[in-house]
Amino acid sequence: MRETDIAVVGGGPAGLSAAVAASRLGAKVALIDDNDRLGGQLIKQTHKFFGSRHHYCGTRGMDIATILEQELRGLPAEILPGTSVVGLYSAPPLAPRPSPLADGVLALAGRERFTKLGFKRLIVATGAAENNLLFENNDLPGVYGAGAVQTLMNVYGVRPGARVLMVGSGNIGLIVSYQLIQAGIEVAAVVEALPKIGGYHVHAAKLARLGVPILTSHTIIRALGNEEVEGAVICRVDKNFKPLPGTSRRLRVDTICLAVGLTPLSELLWQSGCRMVYVPELGGHVAWHNENMQTSLGHVYLAGDVSGIEEASTAMLEGRVAGAHAAMSLGKVPLAGQAPAEQVIAEAQAELASIRKGPFGDKAACGKAKLAGCAPV
Amino acid sequence: MTNSEGRSPEPGARRSPKPDRRIQGHPILTFESKGPVTFFFEGRPLTGRQGETIAAALAANGVRLFRRAEKTGRPRGFFCAVGKCASCLMVVDGKPNTMVCMEPLREGARVERQRGRGRLP
Repeated sequence: MRETDIAVVGGGPAGLSAAVAASRLGAKVALIDDNDRLGGQLIKQTHKFFGSRHHYCGTRGMDIATILEQELRGLPAEILPGTSVVGLYSAPPLAPRPSPLADGVLALAGRERFTKLGFKRLIVATGAAENNLLFENNDLPGVYGAGAVQTLMNVYGVRPGARVLMVGSGNIGLIVSYQLIQAGIEVAAVVEALPKIGGYHVHAAKLARLGVPILTSHTIIRALGNEEVEGAVICRVDKNFKPLPGTSRRLRVDTICLAVGLTPLSELLWQSGCRMVYVPELGGHVAWHNENMQTSLGHVYLAGDVSGIEEASTAMLEGRVAGAHAAMSLGKVPLAGQAPAEQVIAEAQAELASIRKGPFGDKAACGKAKLAGCAPV
Repeated sequence: MTNSEGRSPEPGARRSPKPDRRIQGHPILTFESKGPVTFFFEGRPLTGRQGETIAAALAANGVRLFRRAEKTGRPRGFFCAVGKCASCLMVVDGKPNTMVCMEPLREGARVERQRGRGRLP
């Protein structure tokens, strides 16, 4: 059986950062991702990052993916793209270990064959999945996650449709609406159930300047069409999100895009047996973790959206903390010229605290504080 | 079905969709023109591009209905496009339950709509 010091599951911003940090600190790292291309959801993010002090500010998400991948490829890490983790066999503290060297084993499915990978530390950076929304005909072809539309447009250069209704005015809804227009697609409207726009004003203003109506206190109640989306019915809602009678109207659209939040992809963490906690502010069930991104199991770490829905900048910082701490816990010696683990961790933690103090960091900060108030076991 | 937002249409807003769904003239992105790939959808030859997934190639050809649900027969397309939701399962080269949003397009691939759980070859 192949063995590694640290197995990182997920090659998005969190996983790549974790793998880079751990490799720089002298750990043997294997990074696994089910895509052929590394970068996770960064590869479809054409917008420039801003707002935080970290050094990728002003860079487009897709370029950050390239930078992180190049950093990792310059280090002696093993990269396993096109590979899915299909099993986790983690030794409980008192059970016999899977091998004298490993604390756990991952079962990996590549395109052609199954393999096993023993690890001493596991970093789960699997990200999140898009939420669906309950309305009539929400299963029709043409009802897509906003991220799916972003992938189709920005990675493959394909238009999802000609005229789109965007549901949700958080940053994803606003940014993807703008990107739809950049791709030559008409955005009929953005509907938002809350009485105010959820995302940054700067993104909403760009849409408003292009004449896209952002309808607050509105929701979708039905998709129209038999075999595919041919339209949508929207209506006003009251403050309890109940549709107001007599306010419904039809929109002529062929695509409905849902940007109504994300749920952490926690399957591996559930399977590991670590403690899970329900924290709505973090997007649902998340693994309990401390500020070093360790779960209740100690040798299993997590980073990025799987630890609570936030953004790529915080995912990269959490990844750095997890990777550095995991390497340090194994007593690894940093590669020449690299900062010691304690410094990497402290700096990333300070940046995380600073981002979460910002006006849009409230929710995550509140969720993480709730977790901190829970006992690990 | 009317558009009742009451705003003046932007230039080009009323254009009918082009038959080719490939994006052209993007302000930020350039899509390298990789070689064409011929594949078969329900026996009909279609053209996709090297390096894309089957789902992207189908979408570029205007195909949105990928399978029918097991119990209700309702139509399904892709939803997440990143291999997480399993809404896009199709029969590829006779193999059912292929997640086409992750499956690279290959020359000559036979892609068919899946009914229910599909049948093992």
